[in-house]
Amino acid sequence: MKRVGKPVFFVVAIFIIVFTTLSVTGIHTSYADIDTTVIKGVKEIRWGIDIRGGVDVTFTPPEGTEATTQQLDAAAQVMKQRLVTLNITDYEVYTDDASDRIIVRFPWKADEENFDAESAIKELGDTAVLTFRESYQVDSTGKPTGVTESNIILNGQDIKKAEAIYTSTSEDGSSPQWVVSLEMSDSGKDSFAEATTRLSETRDTISIWMDDEVISAPMVNSPITDGNAIISGNSSQGGFTMEEAQSLANKINGGALPFKLITENYSTITPTLGEGARNAMVLSGIIAFVLICIYIIVLYRLPGVVACISLLGQVGGTLAALTGFFPDLNSFTLTIPGIAGMILAIGIGVDANIISSERIKEEIHAGKSIDGAIELGYKRAFTAIFDGNVTVIIVAIILMGTFGPPDSPFAMLMKPLLFMFPPSTEGSIYSFGYTLMVGVVLNFVFGVFATKYMVKSISRIKAFRKPKYYGGAK
Amino acid sequence: MFKNKQFDFVSNRKKFFTFSIVLIAVIIVFNLIFGVNLDIRFKGGTIISYSYTGDLDINTLDKLTEQVLEQKVSITKKSSLLGDSNSVDITLSSQTNIDAEKQSELDDVLNEQLADNELQKLSLTTVKPNIGKEFFLKCLIAVGFGSILMIVYIALRFKKISGWSAGVMAVVALLHDVFMIYGTFVILGFPINDNFIAVVLTILGYSVNDTIVIYDRIRENKRLYGNTKSISEMTNLSINQTLSRSINTTISTLMAMVVVCIVAAGFGVSSIITFAVPMLIGLISGTYSTIFVACPLWVTWQERKEKKPAKA
Repeated sequence: MKRVGKPVFFVVAIFIIVFTTLSVTGIHTSYADIDTTVIKGVKEIRWGIDIRGGVDVTFTPPEGTEATTQQLDAAAQVMKQRLVTLNITDYEVYTDDASDRIIVRFPWKADEENFDAESAIKELGDTAVLTFRESYQVDSTGKPTGVTESNIILNGQDIKKAEAIYTSTSEDGSSPQWVVSLEMSDSGKDSFAEATTRLSETRDTISIWMDDEVISAPMVNSPITDGNAIISGNSSQGGFTMEEAQSLANKINGGALPFKLITENYSTITPTLGEGARNAMVLSGIIAFVLICIYIIVLYRLPGVVACISLLGQVGGTLAALTGFFPDLNSFTLTIPGIAGMILAIGIGVDANIISSERIKEEIHAGKSIDGAIELGYKRAFTAIFDGNVTVIIVAIILMGTFGPPDSPFAMLMKPLLFMFPPSTEGSIYSFGYTLMVGVVLNFVFGVFATKYMVKSISRIKAFRKPKYYGGAK
Repeated sequence: MFKNKQFDFVSNRKKFFTFSIVLIAVIIVFNLIFGVNLDIRFKGGTIISYSYTGDLDINTLDKLTEQVLEQKVSITKKSSLLGDSNSVDITLSSQTNIDAEKQSELDDVLNEQLADNELQKLSLTTVKPNIGKEFFLKCLIAVGFGSILMIVYIALRFKKISGWSAGVMAVVALLHDVFMIYGTFVILGFPINDNFIAVVLTILGYSVNDTIVIYDRIRENKRLYGNTKSISEMTNLSINQTLSRSINTTISTLMAMVVVCIVAAGFGVSSIITFAVPMLIGLISGTYSTIFVACPLWVTWQERKEKKPAKA
């Protein structure tokens, strides 16, 4: 048997306690009135609409635009994708064909205190439409006119992918700059090839617009037939900065809107569950955790105590995964399905600990020494825990792939199966898959390995070398 | 805990199968008679907005609207930022258009009964299902694909105990659990919404994990005893050996859910109750289906196979 040193127990236990405390409280510093978040705590979790309330926005196409059912659905889909990409997994998006309306409801940001709906709506991203137009003819107010107004070569839907890259646009490779590289879809490729072939003869330009604002108006030097193009910034202003290029790429990626969305109306939603819901859930979580701990400590004694420490680590890890832990990561919206995922993962964690402790007890009853019983107990329990957890991970991956953002690795995995469906996202199920997946992976870390090393380590301390501490006869 | 007693789960299997089948029949009958309460997000529906002043009593409004429109409604309070007034959304999960007559009847009743609040209709929007047919199809594909992967995984990892049949039986047990949860929603009249999906998915995970723990023990006993024990003896032994684990895990998880129920009831948060109660039933069903459905079914299958040796 590999020996595990006595200090291991204390090191792991202290690590778990510190980590869990941090994931609950976070670290915030404040210097000269500027608050900086070093590590995010529970306060930074974004709660679902039902729990904390949120914003209700109604969008319509601009006056005079008749949107088709397909276009409305496409716009609603873009909204859903943007929400899920922001880790906002609790939302409602409704479309109304008769009046061409899209209603979007989403929860407040975690740190929102002044509850300003206007800035919350900004989070949903640009509602402008991207177009590529022939030539660059503008009227006195800078709006497109003439052939620029009439001939739209591409719109946002024709672009497959946009990416900010740092590269040289001149042939000799000198003076690199930030540009946005575009990959067009098959529909876009053809019309772009036709337009560039025609326009390159006269060295005309193609102008790129977000609504009525020109972003760039590059000259067409040669026909582009492979569907790959580059947008560079206005060279007289020194081109794009990194932020500008990235923000434009994001706009193009998220912005395949079929028409401009106009905010018709917006309001705030009072939490439907009432302010008490969050406290009710936190309180029941704490009570349930304490009861489970008492129960397994009574049943399994020393391994029970260790199991509680690992469970604490699992809870802390899941919370950290929800808040993002580090300030630049988006926090995840915690909804009831998300909480269900957490409960399941913790239930499986409890189960893993019970299986091992039960096994150790069995081996002690069979007359094994303490070291032998611990070694064998964990070894025999492992296959059951491993197979159980892997099947649950399979479920979580499939759910995340089916209902998550369409460009995530999990979604790629599901693509061959779901090819006949347009991408659609369902945040509540994605959030379930996410918390479940994180919880089960953490269960391997804490419930399997941390528990094993802690029990092995503590069992070498003389005071704890009595079978009765492991469920044996007194 | 139950060291000296061996329960015979396998020979009584016919009783357990009958019990499950009767329950399923009851659920189907209930479903046919009372129907199922689908949420607006699944079915589409109508949202009627009213502006109001002063303190609005949501419960009275709820009662009045349900009386006039003869259907269940849900009410969301909002405070509008354009126009600076408060409003409520009355949500009906029904596609049938509310005709003009009903609308004016509702207006009249509300204005009469809640005169102080000066209710004024702002809009009436008919919305399409947010989670439509496509969503259900995708769900089915995801669940189907998940089941196939699970069966393949179990088949590979449990080769020693003819894993294919074990995998199939585990999935049968899952279907059993899904049905029980559905039944809880139907019988208690809870609306089928996000909570339903969350509970079903949770119990799928819980139940398959539970089943695998016992399969693991059967696999181990097969290694220990080889062919000296019959299939039903070995399965019985395995269930009994893991019984105290099954009981302790179930008690722990049930305890957590009971606490959630009690606290939610104490705080009056009903939507958590529609989540926690079906979860309780699901947890019980998950454990039950492993011991009383999946394992005995697997034994039945194996015994059949022994009697009729496979062709070729």
